[in-house]
Amino acid sequence: MMRRRDTLKLISSGATLIFTGLLFPVRVLAKWNEAAFAATDYQEALTTYFPNQQMTESDQITIGVRQEIENGSVVPIKIVTELPDVESIAIFVEKNPTPLIANFDLTPACKGFVSTRIKVELPSDIIAVVKSDGKLFYTKTYIIVHEGGCA
Amino acid sequence: MASSIRLRSRLRDGVCTVRAILRHPMETGFRNNMETGELVPAHFIKLVTVKHNDVVVLHCDWSRAVSKNPYLSFMFEGAKAGDKLELSWLDTKGESDSLVTTIE
Repeated sequence: MMRRRDTLKLISSGATLIFTGLLFPVRVLAKWNEAAFAATDYQEALTTYFPNQQMTESDQITIGVRQEIENGSVVPIKIVTELPDVESIAIFVEKNPTPLIANFDLTPACKGFVSTRIKVELPSDIIAVVKSDGKLFYTKTYIIVHEGGCA
Repeated sequence: MASSIRLRSRLRDGVCTVRAILRHPMETGFRNNMETGELVPAHFIKLVTVKHNDVVVLHCDWSRAVSKNPYLSFMFEGAKAGDKLELSWLDTKGESDSLVTTIE
């Protein structure tokens, strides 16, 4: 006959399984953040996307982008980070009409690296926000754009 | 019609480098039509998912400010030759596409 303690153990391990099963897809299929992507102010976009979270500046994030760009409609950019356990990499352009550009949710198999091409409207800071080990880190770099790319 | 997705992978020292180009106008909604002068409605890819052997390795949330015909590159470990790699996207009009390739 099963003792009460064993039954409880069974129930709790089952519950753990169910919860891990539930949590993983939620993170992966996280909903596109309408409000943050629509925000027209950098601080608003940032705090909407990462509510109530502190960011620390880090020298373990590198933004690879040319410092002076002729045509802002195609700006190659890569973000590289040596930070451990990277969960996500987000890109913001402070002076763009909508400053939140893109977010990449990485899985443990991923290297701390993403590369893409973005539009930049005006000379502006570009900010990369990396979530590592549950905490937010950022670095920024200023680029000059001669012809805006958001039209 | 040809696929909107070009997906390439390269395996070196256990690290798979993925590079993709997606054919899409990525309209911001801020641009005027040259002839009619009317605003061209926003139309851009919002979500991109890459799966390795049916398991998600990368998920992207994009805005209108990713360039036309978006380029994406990233790297992951644990892949071997013959593995399945799948990329799919979904845009603001609900249109989507996906492509499966084999890692070589």
